[in-house]
Amino acid sequence: MPDLLIELFSEEIPARMQTRAAEDLKARMTDALVEAGLTYAGAAAFSTPRRLTLTVQGLLSESPTVKEERKGPKVDAPDKAIEGFLRGAGLTRDNLEVRDDKKGQVYFASITKPGRPAAEIIAEVLEDVIRNFPWPKSMRWGAGSLRWVRPLHSILCILTDDAGEATVVDLDVDGIKAGNATEGHRFMGEGRFAVTSFEDYAAKLKRNKVVLDAEERAAHIWQDATNQAFASGLEVVEDKGLLAEVAGLVEWPVVLMGAIDEAFLGLPPEVLKTSMKEHQKFFSVRNPKTGRIERFITVANMETADQGATILAGNDRVLSARLADGAFFWENDLRVARAGMDEWIAKLENVTFERRLGSQAERITRIAALARELAPAVGADPDLAEQAAKVAKADLSSEMVYEFPELQGVMGRYYALEAGMPEDVAMAAQEHYSPLGPSDAVPTGPVSVAVALADKLDLLTGFWAIDEKPTGSKDPFALRRAALGVIRLVVENTIKLKLSGVFFEHGRKFGADQAKERIRLEAKRLRAEYENPENRESEEMHDAIKVAGEAMYQTDEASRDLVNFIQDRLKVYLRDQGIRHDVIDACLAMPNNDDLALLVKRATALSDALKTDDGENLVQGFKRANNILTQAEEKDGVEYSYGADVKFAETDEEKALFAALDTAEAQISKAMEAEDFATAMGSMARLRGPIDAFFEAVQINTDNDVIRRNRLNLLSRIRQICGQAADLTRIEG
Amino acid sequence: MADNPGKPRSFQEIILRLQTYWAEQGCAIMQPYDMEVGAGTFHPATTMRSLGSKPWAAAYVQPSRRPTDGRYGDSPNRWQHYYQYQVIIKPSPPDLQAIYLGSLKAIGIDMDLHDIRFVEDDWESPTLGAWGLGWEVWCDGMEVSQFTYFQQVGGHDCKPVSGELTYGLERLAMYVLGFDDGNEMPFNDPDAPITLTYGDVFREAEAQYARWNFDVADTDTLLQHFLDAEAECARILDAPEDDPKTGRRIVMALPAYDQCIKASHIFNLLDARGVISVTERQAYIGRVRTLAKACADAFVQTEAGGYAA
Repeated sequence: MPDLLIELFSEEIPARMQTRAAEDLKARMTDALVEAGLTYAGAAAFSTPRRLTLTVQGLLSESPTVKEERKGPKVDAPDKAIEGFLRGAGLTRDNLEVRDDKKGQVYFASITKPGRPAAEIIAEVLEDVIRNFPWPKSMRWGAGSLRWVRPLHSILCILTDDAGEATVVDLDVDGIKAGNATEGHRFMGEGRFAVTSFEDYAAKLKRNKVVLDAEERAAHIWQDATNQAFASGLEVVEDKGLLAEVAGLVEWPVVLMGAIDEAFLGLPPEVLKTSMKEHQKFFSVRNPKTGRIERFITVANMETADQGATILAGNDRVLSARLADGAFFWENDLRVARAGMDEWIAKLENVTFERRLGSQAERITRIAALARELAPAVGADPDLAEQAAKVAKADLSSEMVYEFPELQGVMGRYYALEAGMPEDVAMAAQEHYSPLGPSDAVPTGPVSVAVALADKLDLLTGFWAIDEKPTGSKDPFALRRAALGVIRLVVENTIKLKLSGVFFEHGRKFGADQAKERIRLEAKRLRAEYENPENRESEEMHDAIKVAGEAMYQTDEASRDLVNFIQDRLKVYLRDQGIRHDVIDACLAMPNNDDLALLVKRATALSDALKTDDGENLVQGFKRANNILTQAEEKDGVEYSYGADVKFAETDEEKALFAALDTAEAQISKAMEAEDFATAMGSMARLRGPIDAFFEAVQINTDNDVIRRNRLNLLSRIRQICGQAADLTRIEG
Repeated sequence: MADNPGKPRSFQEIILRLQTYWAEQGCAIMQPYDMEVGAGTFHPATTMRSLGSKPWAAAYVQPSRRPTDGRYGDSPNRWQHYYQYQVIIKPSPPDLQAIYLGSLKAIGIDMDLHDIRFVEDDWESPTLGAWGLGWEVWCDGMEVSQFTYFQQVGGHDCKPVSGELTYGLERLAMYVLGFDDGNEMPFNDPDAPITLTYGDVFREAEAQYARWNFDVADTDTLLQHFLDAEAECARILDAPEDDPKTGRRIVMALPAYDQCIKASHIFNLLDARGVISVTERQAYIGRVRTLAKACADAFVQTEAGGYAA
């Protein structure tokens, strides 16, 4: 069975697109080959900056012959119907067969689709794949109409049979004729060469200074880089994304290590690292003893007679010019920082955060007020929290962050320290953006937590106030991430906070407070003009009251909706932690469900209890009690809520249940007061034995009405006691 | 030119070698456009000629102005007035990359010693309503050129596609001549009786223009100029195609485009004066783009733009 080799040779493919493109080539080609009846044994795809390559081994040499039988119209059907059938089947009338059917004589057609040679199918499929390739961005070139990521120069497409004989697949795409030749490295290769198989191709490429496999290039780069660093007692700072990118920028990696000019070693390591990576695609090389970044690794695409000396010298000069810019920004920034950063904060007044939500400065004022309010709950000093919030985003005006936006926060910490702010305040500048995702670390310092929470709560409240909520896959302001941030900050730091109150109070800052102020001013005006009776009727006052009423109503609605949104995100968060959705629902049905820490404590305790035998059975007992009671209440039209008296108890099991409930009630109410759900649930779980025994021995509905009522009231006690920690009716199973 | 021309010794020698090289490749060596522009792309030889189906090949130096880059002549690598070398060929030849590499060789870059790379960099000009795909070309980690296949200009699909090359001459020259401070590199032959450095030629002008750009230019006047250019551009394009005097059909895309260039440069000046807010910025860019698109629409109605009656 033959092997197929395809290479699409083009001008330089963007590094970020190569891996995906190789995968797409493989998936699309093999899917379409199989669809056409050509199965295969194995396939692999590769990419370099100038080529996508696919090898398919053990391909069928032709597609199998397929026989198909089609039932047509009746023999006496109108000619038109029969002609239509013939056209569809591609036959003439004398090819048809007449068979007896239930309804009479019917035409049958036997269609044989003969197998086709692999080369024919490949030519069709490959042309289709090339013409419809899913590049993120593609282009035309010259006078042609073909689209590719960059100009496509040649197509290599050969089938190699078992004897090692290679045949070119006959194919022409927009004037590019498939052949059996390619070329190697742009500068070090020795012109075009023909190949006969994948092995031959890979070997000749290597002789022509091309490593075909991106992973092999990456492994080589990493190995060589770490070896060179190690030899100097240094280590390479790991960066997988950069490694993959660099492997996509070279066909023949040559690793070179250079030193960073002494003059720049005083820059923060984050600045060195970011500048080298973003502008030059350099790796940072660190001194493990000091943690300082002292050298760089660059990966060239060229072997030279001077062992890369010229290349390294050139890179070194470019780096020095870049770092000189960095040092210039740093020095300028330090001047502003040491003067207290006021200049930066003032600049934020002219930066629009969102058209309807005002400037960045206005947002900071709101965050600062909120951080102050939240401070007691998170155990932070209110003054420090407010101060931290006021300076946390100052670095957005700095030159360094303008140049490298990803350094926001990191620079904020350096600059706050230079401004003489306390360490906690500086740390909050760095940490208040966190957590940025489900695995990002959550800040624990109280000041950082206060600002981080205020930042996210303001974001959510603001966008809810202007009705910009995430829908489906659209979440341009990353509000889901902010909600998860709130959840993780509150839950992982166990902060007691009632969110509905926070959302409502903070939400008033977006409209309602201004409306109230309008009323106050109008009232003042009216008082001042009270002497003049004509002015006592005020249209303005009517209007202001109406606007304020609407604003308050909307704020209330928005805060409710926002609590629901957070609770929905919490469900996702807890489900990821292995807590069942019905357990969460059972806890959400309880009061204070906007206190997330409380909610999670409750859900964890319930989830743990349900994992025990007693806990699971208690739920069954509880549900049984609840069902009987509910039915009786519906039938009798009363609520059995209290008054069960042990003196009407007839059996031992009944008496035992009374005693057990008394004990449990005392324990549970004490535990509930301390919000110790685990203990409360433990006490409940211990009721399982007495409840099961009670149902075993006692018939609730007896003829004696007094005893029946007493038993129903006893069931009511079970419901009341067991329902304190969670709504067990919502537990499934 | 000899096979091994050796290294150039001055800024102007690099320009001369590029001129010779691209002349040898069959380009029409044009002169700079006689108006203030922000980049070589604005020259009608690029913007207008990349429209329509007629083949075209041109190369030229274009003095370019970016008022916000002014540093009073003090910066080693930033000037508000600088030079771009621009090549435009339509349709883009299949071996344009190889031809381009030949130009680097012509200015003394030895391919065997250096590391030349084509790194993804897509080009977009919001003011011209234009975009293309291509690379920035790196020589030992330094960007020496922009290489773009035009896909759209003035809102029109480019058919055929033009290949555009832009060399930042100062940066390229600093690299080739080995200077960290561009002001110190020789402008003319270093053995000439009167030697001039780049700084000797431009430092004075840089200081004067930086002061004018940043602090002195009258913003009210500039705003009025902007409005005038905008209005004149529209007025020119509104004129009937048939010229009553000669009786010929004359679509005045190029004079209208001059007004578009003017508006664009005045916008840059206003920007440098710091009187344009973030939100206004987008609006101004949109207004210039509207002019550019209208000019492009008009140019494809001319014979040079491929119009056939």
